[in-house]
Amino acid sequence: MINKVGRNIPDELLVNGVEVFQGEYHFHNKEYTKASPTVRAFVAPGQDKLVSSLKEAIEKCGLEDGMTISFHHHFRDGDYIVNMVVETIAAMGIKDITICASSVGSAHDPIVKHMESGVITGLSTSGIRGKIGEAVSKGLLRKVAFIRSHGGRVRAIESGDIHIDVAFIGAPSSDVYGNARGKGGKSDCGVLSYSVVDAKYADKVVIITDCLVEFPNFPPSIQQVDVDYVVKVDEIGDPKKIASSILRFTEDPRELIIAEAAAQVLVNTPYFKDGFSFQTGGGGPSLAVTRFLRPYMEKQDIKMGFAIGGITKPMLDLLNDGLIRTILDAQDFDLASVESVNSHPRHFEISTSQYANPFNKGSFVNNLDFGILAALEIDTDFNVNVVTGSDDGILRGAPGGHVDIAAGSKCTILVAPLLRTRIPTIREKVTTITTPGESVDVVVTEVGIAINPKRQDLMDALQNVKLLVPLRTIEDLKNEAYALAGAPEEIEFEDQVVALVEYRDGTIIDVVRKIK
Amino acid sequence: MKNRLRRTMMFLNAHKASLVKDPYVYKPDSIIFDLEDAVAENQKDSARIALYNALKSIDYKGIELVVRINGLDTPHFKEDIRAAVAGGIHTVRVPKTESPEDIFTAEKEIEKAEQEFGVEVGKTLMMGAIETPLGVIKAYDIAKSSQRLMGISFGAGDFVRTMRTTRSQEGLELLAARTQVVLAARAAGIMCFDTVYTDVDNIEGFINEVKLIKQLGFDGKSIINPKQIPIIHQIFAPTQAEIRAAEKSIRTINEYAKDGIGVFTVDGQMLDIAMLEGAKRMIELAKASGIYEGDL
Repeated sequence: MINKVGRNIPDELLVNGVEVFQGEYHFHNKEYTKASPTVRAFVAPGQDKLVSSLKEAIEKCGLEDGMTISFHHHFRDGDYIVNMVVETIAAMGIKDITICASSVGSAHDPIVKHMESGVITGLSTSGIRGKIGEAVSKGLLRKVAFIRSHGGRVRAIESGDIHIDVAFIGAPSSDVYGNARGKGGKSDCGVLSYSVVDAKYADKVVIITDCLVEFPNFPPSIQQVDVDYVVKVDEIGDPKKIASSILRFTEDPRELIIAEAAAQVLVNTPYFKDGFSFQTGGGGPSLAVTRFLRPYMEKQDIKMGFAIGGITKPMLDLLNDGLIRTILDAQDFDLASVESVNSHPRHFEISTSQYANPFNKGSFVNNLDFGILAALEIDTDFNVNVVTGSDDGILRGAPGGHVDIAAGSKCTILVAPLLRTRIPTIREKVTTITTPGESVDVVVTEVGIAINPKRQDLMDALQNVKLLVPLRTIEDLKNEAYALAGAPEEIEFEDQVVALVEYRDGTIIDVVRKIK
Repeated sequence: MKNRLRRTMMFLNAHKASLVKDPYVYKPDSIIFDLEDAVAENQKDSARIALYNALKSIDYKGIELVVRINGLDTPHFKEDIRAAVAGGIHTVRVPKTESPEDIFTAEKEIEKAEQEFGVEVGKTLMMGAIETPLGVIKAYDIAKSSQRLMGISFGAGDFVRTMRTTRSQEGLELLAARTQVVLAARAAGIMCFDTVYTDVDNIEGFINEVKLIKQLGFDGKSIINPKQIPIIHQIFAPTQAEIRAAEKSIRTINEYAKDGIGVFTVDGQMLDIAMLEGAKRMIELAKASGIYEGDL
């Protein structure tokens, strides 16, 4: 069946109530019954939750063939937890396991051999990079993978589309009764936002920490009332790869042009007024927009009401200088953010459900004025790909919160170079649609700014403004890219679907097929 | 176009497709495709072919296109000139010029190439790079040696080596040469460009050097990194006071000229018709810098 963005979704995938994408707010006012976990009551006092090994925790959880386990990615490239758990499961002879992760990357390359052997047969993730992405694209995973945005992942968990049997939560610090925090240990990541919903909806919850602290470990990100077992291991991750001491700002002059132009767009829209709200993605030009924003805020005496999402030091500098009133934090990228969260009186941790779940009673992205986001590819209908590579079609990206921010923000600004290593970013058709064009308002490149024609109001606001790069149509940008690099050749795939790209509401916006 | 704004002349390795494809996004006034130092000896042929194809296929959006050819003592320079002229290059930069004969040698090859490829003879401009003590001493002779010369440029790298010194932050070792080169260019009525600043991450040092060379009278500077461009453009941009003074001069000179009066005073300053050109240049610079809001 053809969906609203023109992608043909094979009918055999549309079973068990799964529908094709029908528009970003199609399910507004939908009523449903939330899922609920099976809980083991912990009535008798004096019982210990601390177990001697990960293997013992897995045994006590009753993990069996065919079950689903979950992980967060707060430790990013420094994560040891996923490999540790899967190795133990494999050694125990358990198989046919589905991983429900907030993201997987090159830190998890060793998992591929367990996909081949049938230990891991299913995957649901918001990001997929490294060898796992290649393996899924080659059809090595036995079941079709699900690519879900951060909001879409927690929606799937809360609504019961995916049921977690055991959540394994790596925690920088925990007490023996399972109050776990993102800081206070030797491998701090700041927050545990991605795991909050896992802890509430999984049947069994295991905290894995390398730093046991005195009870009670407060204020906890994961609460003891949701935790079954606590395991102490030597190391949960590589601190150097979890949070950088200094996140270097881009010095690429091309990215700086894009960032400055995006800031100019932002400050010339009607939403730039005292109390505005703002989120950037984690890419170079997206983060650099913050730097260009500050002088405008200072000059016009405009303060940001709140910033959300992944937090970095430049954002904290604005907070500490009184230019941001509140930071709502779902991920920390550097040590300064780790240090500040839950310590600074206006820097708070939020769960991913609070952040972006489209099916709760209103998530924070709904209150966003601006979202600044990157893209691997953008088509002339403003549809965006952030998950498959332009050169080979292999899964190597992370929708993360992209889809959620784009749907929630009043003004979604995409920042992207016209070409990437001689492959057009702006093109007739994107390899995979992750974010629908209806969610995108402005595209900023180094040679021109394209405004989605549906946003005539933004066109009116910007057309007489002196901008670093001119306003142009998206077709015009595409033509320039093609004149420089030629029309990109369409990548050839086999028919077999290896991954479903779920829109945040659970409908299918696109599929990813096996590479040839 | 012999007279145009040339505040920033950005060097690019002609062999690197990723650099050559769209340098206009950084908005330099000129780009210099380098076939000389940036290209390895065994890559000279393919760099030349890459340059020709780039010139033929990419729309550089009105930016001046300059090629730095290999030295006149190499086997490469004739083919460099042929490829560049065939591609439609605007200006040929001749390295290490030390005498008018160097300019004549290159000019002869340019003219042959123009005839060979059907380019109007005389259309291709030249600039002479002055990079040695002898070149500095002969700067005026070089500067007035050809109608094709739109300017001369000073190159410090070889100069400090032959002078047996090194570059300092203050640039004292370059002062005599810079002064001599800019004097020669002005005396010959052509433009003058300063050497590259290679310590790319030293922004403060770069700003000081740009201020210095602007004060000495240079029209612009060779650059090696796009992030140097906005800094130069900002420093070269006229102040609002300078713009207003230039506007007033132009209007007043034009009014008096109608009455046949050539010399007069405005705001206590003597003005004459000879100042018209400078005032017009100021307005053009203000327009190029994107800060002119008047109606001249």
